[in-house]
Amino acid sequence: MQSALNKDLLNSKISVVKMEMINLTIDGKAIQAEKGLSILKAARIAGIDIPTLCYYELNGQKLENRPGGCRVCVVEVEGRKNLAPACATEIMEGMVVHTHSLRVVNARRTVVELILSDHPSDCLSCSKSGHCELQSLAQKLGIREIPFKGAQSTYRKDNSPAIIRDVDKCIMCRRCETVCNQLQTVGALSAVNRGFEAVVATAFEQDLVKSSCTMCGQCVMACPVGALSEVNQTRQVIQAINNPDKTVIVQTAPAVRVALGEEFGYPAGTIVTGKMAAALRRIGFDYVFDTDFAADLTIMEEGTELLGRISKFMNGDKDVKLPILTSCCPGWVNFFETNFPDMLDVPSTAKSPQQMFGAVAKNYWAEKLGIKREDMVVVSIMPCVAKKYECQRDEFKENGNPDVDYSLTTRELAELIKQFNIDFNSLEDEDFDMPLGASTGAAVIFGATGGVIEAAVRTAYEVFTKKPLEKVDFTELRGLEGVREATVDFNGTPIHLGIAHGLGNARKLLEKVRKGEVQYHAIEVMACPGGCIGGAGQPYHHGDFSIVEKRFEAIYQEDKNKELRKSHENPYIKQLYDEYFGEPCGEKSHHLLHTHYFDKSKQVEIEA
Amino acid sequence: MARVKLSESKAKKIKEICAAYGNKAGEAINVLHQVQGEFGYLPAEVQELIALELNVPVATIYGIVTFYSFFTMIPKGEHPISICMGTACYVRGAEKVLDEFKRQLGIGIGETTADGKFSLNCLRCVGACGLAPVAMIGEKVYGRLTPDMVKDILNEYK
Repeated sequence: MQSALNKDLLNSKISVVKMEMINLTIDGKAIQAEKGLSILKAARIAGIDIPTLCYYELNGQKLENRPGGCRVCVVEVEGRKNLAPACATEIMEGMVVHTHSLRVVNARRTVVELILSDHPSDCLSCSKSGHCELQSLAQKLGIREIPFKGAQSTYRKDNSPAIIRDVDKCIMCRRCETVCNQLQTVGALSAVNRGFEAVVATAFEQDLVKSSCTMCGQCVMACPVGALSEVNQTRQVIQAINNPDKTVIVQTAPAVRVALGEEFGYPAGTIVTGKMAAALRRIGFDYVFDTDFAADLTIMEEGTELLGRISKFMNGDKDVKLPILTSCCPGWVNFFETNFPDMLDVPSTAKSPQQMFGAVAKNYWAEKLGIKREDMVVVSIMPCVAKKYECQRDEFKENGNPDVDYSLTTRELAELIKQFNIDFNSLEDEDFDMPLGASTGAAVIFGATGGVIEAAVRTAYEVFTKKPLEKVDFTELRGLEGVREATVDFNGTPIHLGIAHGLGNARKLLEKVRKGEVQYHAIEVMACPGGCIGGAGQPYHHGDFSIVEKRFEAIYQEDKNKELRKSHENPYIKQLYDEYFGEPCGEKSHHLLHTHYFDKSKQVEIEA
Repeated sequence: MARVKLSESKAKKIKEICAAYGNKAGEAINVLHQVQGEFGYLPAEVQELIALELNVPVATIYGIVTFYSFFTMIPKGEHPISICMGTACYVRGAEKVLDEFKRQLGIGIGETTADGKFSLNCLRCVGACGLAPVAMIGEKVYGRLTPDMVKDILNEYK
């Protein structure tokens, strides 16, 4: 009792300490800010913008890159001899700060001029042009010439199936390294060498594809310049569309429709599904279909697999593997193949929606059209960089012909729309083509963390209890907390569910599962913070996570707008099973809709 | 599964050293220091095992190895040559001596001759400034060097 009281006292003390406020002046404005904050954060709260470059933060995701290395955020602090980096200097009582005195402005310009002195000046054709933070900084500071001429870095380019590293453009901000190691715990990237030779690279400077990289692409999202970018395949897609011998089919992932609008000036969270379908038709795709259809199909397969494992488990089968892990996310699949090779039989064997769609298109749909699979080109529009890698995996090919030929990011789709001179904003809404464009609300929410498991629950509940679901919304499964858990009552049977987004969170959760510390029936994992809405192929958010939060709200709004909200109610899914697959997890679906995993871990082999 | 090969005795030694430092990630520099002392250099497979033992990404280990000039991934020669580049040696012509070593051996700083006999490195001050410029071959110190002495010195080891 007494110790509990002391604990309370201690807690109240801590909260008092936390609340201690500091008085300071920034640019003549009297400010009160919490003790412990940096000048940068205090200024931002007060609405004063201090330019930054290396600094990167994901609000609410516990990620901060603050090496204090670029010196762009220097400010003048009265009574201090040298200029202070605002990101790495703590506020103090009575501090007087100037963020744009002549001394500061001159120093800031010199800093940027020095960064530019060894930066390739191919802005016109750079993949980050228009989204480059260095470019906008140079513009903001009015830099018109670069007075310093220095040596130029000449590092080799590293082309992986999904990500291109062009290290000559690297400004050593270390954002990618922090994201790769702290947020994702992938550990593929590290700063290596020293001085002018220093670069961010993989171990032994091998190609990315040979490292522990999962191709999640969060480094691409974080990179302020063109040092990291996705492999651009818009040209190949244009060529395919213009080839009269090919039937070109497009599928769009759920998260794309709530983010694409940002590229055309719409506020974050604007739903542009109808305009997107119209634009895809203008570009010239023969069929405008929806990955959401395949998401509904995924639920049929994965949900059946889950219920199968649960009922075996309840019947006392000790060999059954629980929890079942979702397998929609290719970054996550790469991650567990590398880091959890002892648990390869735990994830669902269901292919991702992208690959299910490809398999259905190149088998069922090609048969219906009476064409050979070689004459069909399947293009996917994904919020994702890792999907580019996924569609090139050998197990998703038949005689060398891939189920999905090209995977474009949301950004690449925006580029295509611009290249085709389509006035996106004035397009009238159009619908997807049938049958592979039909979907339910359950499929839409695949785009947000917790969505796949909620979609699975909506169907599994009805199949398991044989009763109609009264309330479709499982709000207890929603949210942006990194690791979440909830228990859903299946008519007297409690089903324990875990959710993680961001690979660092996934690692934490999986390690607990491996040690047997937690008991779940199913776990959903998404590699990117927020799920696919925060995917690395989405419009750049430059660390402003409130953009991802708005996309999150939009996803659930789109779900509400749907007439049907449970995957098994999708009439075209029913038709597909009737006509083609027979039943979920049946022989045909086992062949076309399921996959297997590989041990990609690194082992040291001891020679006798 | 990617495999990295290592001999049993080497692996055992590396594991012992890591264990002596509690397999702590924070001890990586000490571990690397001692492992290099044992084998003379830190090849990729050795770094892989250290990374596994300390439970840190191998990229991080490689980052440390390439940052500190003390660490090397190239095996040292049978007779490691170190040229002092401290202030006293430098002003008395150490660079010319270094250039002559490079010319005679046909290798650069941090490299080893193809026959594995000599490797060349620079260091800062061996505490024999009175003898500047100074070079060391193995444990032996050579003082008051001039470029024309280099050939004869090397011949002692051939």
